[in-house]
Amino acid sequence: MEQVIDIVLLAFMVVTAIAMIRLRNLFAVVMLSGIFSLLSAAMFVVLDAVDVAFTEAAVGAGISTVLMLSTLALTFREERPATRADWPALLVVTVTGAALIYGTLDMPHFGDPDAPIHQHVAPRYIVDSPHEVGPPNMVTSVLASYRGYDTLGETTVIFTAGIGVMVLLAGVNRRRRADRERGNRP
Amino acid sequence: MLETVFGLYNYWIVIILMMAGFYTVIARGNLAKKVIGLNIFQTSMFLMYITMGAVEGGTAPIVATSAEGGATLYTNPLPSVLILTAIVVGVATTALGLALAVRIREAYGTLEEDEIRLLEDRQDTLKTDGGQTVSP
Repeated sequence: MEQVIDIVLLAFMVVTAIAMIRLRNLFAVVMLSGIFSLLSAAMFVVLDAVDVAFTEAAVGAGISTVLMLSTLALTFREERPATRADWPALLVVTVTGAALIYGTLDMPHFGDPDAPIHQHVAPRYIVDSPHEVGPPNMVTSVLASYRGYDTLGETTVIFTAGIGVMVLLAGVNRRRRADRERGNRP
Repeated sequence: MLETVFGLYNYWIVIILMMAGFYTVIARGNLAKKVIGLNIFQTSMFLMYITMGAVEGGTAPIVATSAEGGATLYTNPLPSVLILTAIVVGVATTALGLALAVRIREAYGTLEEDEIRLLEDRQDTLKTDGGQTVSP
């Protein structure tokens, strides 16, 4: 049953992604990207990564969509039809994709408990974190304690990005209003 | 054969999604669309990590207090942690990219890559001509 849900959800994601590429109405594309994030959140639940699922649902489907909608409000809603041929891009993508798929042939199969990824630090986290750190949720223990520096780095990145956005957008509204009063841009 | 297909199906879909995002980034001229393509690429990477962490018959990595004896099989918590960080960082980069797009729209009046390049070229020629020939 889980396998069927997995296959159907992933197929939906591919359909959504292709629709996003083909559509030129950016509003529709943003809505589809919200759906895409929600589908991936459902996929994370199926794969037993519940913490990732609710972060993706809140941040990916929520905040990203709001950010993109506000960008559309400040820019354009339509993408102009392409002027150049897209076959070189298609060629590059096909070749890269084929090489990557060839690479997956050596990967351990989905759900294999003997895969190398499950052999090294994961057993330690699973066995020791409940009494070493405390919280019953191992993801929380690893995030806040064993890999706390990652979280620190993440906060630094968000801080930097926030400053960047503030610097870039400082005065956009003021200049827009001034332009409108002068009648340059409607 | 069928076992290989089912065992690697997730990875193949991840690669198809990754290439869809890559295609959007390199083939579409609209800067907002490029950011969206980058997002598709990112989500496919998240899926890849989470797929690697999944264990057949496992449960979410939260200690079950009412377990009736016997060892519970948990999925790997490490990919979840890495991807939690990546999701938040991804939104930060998306926000920065979109802010750049808004700023570019303000400066050039367009978000299409080739139109921006055309405007840049025109500005460059104006500058060099102005320096050499015209003296107001």
